[in-house]
Amino acid sequence: MLKDITLGQYFPGNSPIHRLDPRTKLIWLIGYIVALFTAGNWASYLVVFLFLAFVVALSTIPLKSILTGLKPLVFILIFTGVLNVFFTTGEKPLIAFGVIRIYREGIIRAVFMMARIFMLICGTFLLTYTTSPISLTDGLESLLSPLKKLRLPVHELSMMMCIALRFIPTLIEETDKIMSAQKARGADFESGKLMQRVKALIPILVPLFISAFRRADELATAMECRCYQGGDGRTKMKLLRYKLLDFKAFLLLVVLICAVILLRVFGL
Amino acid sequence: MSKAISVEHLSYSYPGVDDTPGVAVFEDISLTVEDGSFVAVLGSNGCGKSTLAKQFNAILLPCGGKVYICGMDTSDEERLIAVRRSVGMVFQNPDNQIVANVVEEDVAFGPENLGVASPVIRQRVDNALRQVGMYEYREHAPHLLSGGQKQRVAIAGIIAMEPKCIVLDEPTAMLDPQGRKEVMDTILALNAQKGITVVLITHHMDEAAMAQRVVVLSNGRIAADGTPAEVFSQVDLLHSIRLASPETVELCYELNRKGFSLPLDKLSVEECAQALYDAIKA
Amino acid sequence: MTPFLQVKNLQHIYSTGTPFEHVALEDVSFSVERGEFIGIIGHTGSGKSTLVQHLNGLLKPTAGSVILDGKDIWSDKALTRQCRFKVGLVFQYPEYQLFEETVYKDIAFGPKNMGLDNAEIDRRVRKAAGFVGISEQQLESSPFDLSGGQKRRVAIAGVIAMEPEILILDEPTAGLDPESREEILQNIDAYRKAQNATVMMVSHSMSDVARITQRLLVMNGSHLVMDGTPAEIFNRAQELTDMGLDIPEVTRVFLRLRQMGMDVPNVYTVSDAAQVLFSMKGGRIDA
Repeated sequence: MLKDITLGQYFPGNSPIHRLDPRTKLIWLIGYIVALFTAGNWASYLVVFLFLAFVVALSTIPLKSILTGLKPLVFILIFTGVLNVFFTTGEKPLIAFGVIRIYREGIIRAVFMMARIFMLICGTFLLTYTTSPISLTDGLESLLSPLKKLRLPVHELSMMMCIALRFIPTLIEETDKIMSAQKARGADFESGKLMQRVKALIPILVPLFISAFRRADELATAMECRCYQGGDGRTKMKLLRYKLLDFKAFLLLVVLICAVILLRVFGL
Repeated sequence: MSKAISVEHLSYSYPGVDDTPGVAVFEDISLTVEDGSFVAVLGSNGCGKSTLAKQFNAILLPCGGKVYICGMDTSDEERLIAVRRSVGMVFQNPDNQIVANVVEEDVAFGPENLGVASPVIRQRVDNALRQVGMYEYREHAPHLLSGGQKQRVAIAGIIAMEPKCIVLDEPTAMLDPQGRKEVMDTILALNAQKGITVVLITHHMDEAAMAQRVVVLSNGRIAADGTPAEVFSQVDLLHSIRLASPETVELCYELNRKGFSLPLDKLSVEECAQALYDAIKA
Repeated sequence: MTPFLQVKNLQHIYSTGTPFEHVALEDVSFSVERGEFIGIIGHTGSGKSTLVQHLNGLLKPTAGSVILDGKDIWSDKALTRQCRFKVGLVFQYPEYQLFEETVYKDIAFGPKNMGLDNAEIDRRVRKAAGFVGISEQQLESSPFDLSGGQKRRVAIAGVIAMEPEILILDEPTAGLDPESREEILQNIDAYRKAQNATVMMVSHSMSDVARITQRLLVMNGSHLVMDGTPAEIFNRAQELTDMGLDIPEVTRVFLRLRQMGMDVPNVYTVSDAAQVLFSMKGGRIDA
C-alpha cells in the first residue's frame, strides 16, 4: 500500500545527530557527497563507509528502517550495476559471449558505482530521518538567505516546501481512500492496455485535484486567520544557533574530506 | 460589560458570477456577544452560520452594516491584524488548518507571524499545549493524531496567539463521539478557566446546550436567542425551521402532546428524569 | 439453507512483519440474510471500517473467510470482482470521489464498469437518482455545483445504481444536519425495501442506528462483542457506556429512572419512551 512508503520520513529522536543544527547537516551532506565522489579506490571507499556507519550508529535509527527505505530504489542500484558491468571495457574480457564482453574493470566499476549510490542514498536518508522537515526548511532558508538580496523569494519557497511536506502524507492517505472507493464502484486499475490504464486514473486524479485545491483554499484562509503576512516581521520559535557539537561535526567533515583526498592523491 | 463582538444591521450577499445577482445571506442581522461569554450559534446547513463566522474575523466584510470586534470596525483595513489577533478561528476540517508537520511548530505558527520574541513563543506554545492536553504530543506529526487530537492542536494554535475570543466553525462535525467530547471539554475549560469568549457554530443540539446562550439562525435571520433552556423549550419553532431539541426536551414535548404537562426546560438527563419521575408518581 | 452472506473467523492484521503491525480484526463471525437492515457500531479503531472492506473484497482476510451465496469470494479472481458489484460499499464522505462532468455520468460510472448496455445503464441511473431524491434536471448539472447534502446523495446513488444485493455504508450521515440525516436514512431504507436488499450501516450515531435498524453488531477492540436486536443491545446499555460508546439521551434518562427506583424497560427512541411513560400513567391523562 502507498501508506508503507517511508521515503523522506522523519524519525523523532534525541541522538547527537538529531541535535545537530540543520545547517550543519546540510553542509555535511554536501561535504559527504563531495568526499564520496572524490573517493576513487578501495581504501577511500572504506573510509567513507566507516564514517557513514559511525553516523548511522550515532543516529540510533534502526538499520532496518534505513534498508526498508531503500527498497523502492533497489531497481536503480541494480540498473546502474548492470549498466557498468556490460558497458565498461578493459584489457582482457573475463567472459566473452557473442557481443557481450565482461571485463574485470567492469565488475570493479559496477561495485564502486553501486557502493557510491548506496552510500549517497543512505546519507540523504539519514538527513531526512534525523531532521524534522521544519528544521530542514528552516536550515535551507537560513543557508539561502544571502540570496534574498537578489530578490529571490527564499522565505516563500521554504514555506511552500514546508507545507508540501506537511500534506504529502495526507494526500497519500487520500489517494488510498479514493482508490478504494472507485474500486468499490468496479473501477479496474490492474488490467487492460496502457491507454486504458491511463484512462482508469481519471476517477482518481480528478477527485484528488479537487480535494487538493479545496485543502489549499481552506489552508490559505486558516493561515490568514492566524495573521500570516509573508516573511516580513516574522520571528521563529526555534532560533538556529551553532553549538559546540556543530563545530565538532565540521571538524570531522574536514578530516573526512582530507582523508579521502590524501588517499586518492597517494593512491593507497 | 464590554462587547467582544458586536454586529449592527449586517447585510451580506455572496458576489454573483459574471453578471448574475449575488445570493443574499443576511439582510439585517444584529447581535452582540459579551466579553467572557459562551455563545452557541445553531442552524441547519445553509442557514448562513459559517458566513457569519467569517464576518467575525474579517475574512468576509459586510455589504451593509458594521461588525465590531472589541470595538474595532472589521472593515478598517489598518486594524485587520488587530482584529485577527483578537478573534481566533477554528474550522471544521482539522487537517486543512495545520500548517506544520510537528505539533509544536504548528502551534508556534501564529505567534511567529505576530513577531513575538522567541523565548516568549516557546512559553506560549507550551502553555497552549498544556491547556488543551496535548503537551505530551508536542513532537508528534499531526497526520498521525486522531481527529479530536488534531482539532485540539488547532485550538492550541489559536490560543497561543492569546486572542480575547475564539470562533469555532463546526469544530466537531468531522469527529467521532470521543473526539467531540475531547473538543467540547477543551472549549468549556478555555471559557471557564481563561475567560476566553467562545462562539461555537454547530448543528449539534447537545453541544449548543452546553453554552450559556444559544442563537438560532434560520434563512439568515435570528429565529431565537436566549439561554439553552429558553431556546430549546420552543420546540414548535425549532421544528418549523427543521431543527430539533435535545432528546430530553423532545421526550417531554411528546408526552405533553399525549396530555402530560411537563416543563420543557429540563435539558440534562438528571433534571429530565426527575421531572418525569415526579409526573409519573404524582 | 446456507445464509446469504457469511463471515467466518475473520482476522485482519495490517502491515504484518513490520514494526507497524496491528491487529484490526480478530475472530469475527456472523451471517446475514436478504432484506436485513443492520447497524454496525463501535468507536474509532474498533475495526468496523476494516470489517466492511472485507465484505466486498477490497481487503483480503489474513485468516478466515467471507462467503457470499455459498461461495468463498477469494476462491476465484472472477468471483472477487463479481462480489464488488453484489456488495456495494459507500465510503465515509463519499462526495469526495465524484469526478464526472455531470451527475448522470457520475452515477453511471459503476454500472458502466459492470459492462451493462446503455439502455440498462440509463434505467439504473434514473432509478438510483429517484431513490435519493435527485431530480431529472439535476442529472445534467455538474456534481460540483450541488450542496454538500446533495453531493452525498449523488455519491450514494452511484453505488445504488449498481443495484447491489448488499449495500454497506460507512457513516453515511457524518457531518450533515439533522434533517438531511433523516432524509438520507429514509432513502436508504426505501432502497432496501424496494430491492429486498440487505443494508449494513456503520455509524457513530446510536440514535440513528437504533431507530432505523433491526439488528446491531457491536465491535470493540477488533472483536465482535454483541449481535442482537436494538432492544437486546440497549438492554446492555451500561456495557455500551463502558466501551466508550454514546448511548441515546432517552436511554440515559431511562437508566436514571431505573436508578431512582422506577420499573422501566430499556428504550432507545423518543417515541418508544413516550409510549412507555404514557402507558405507565394508565394511558389516560386528564389534561
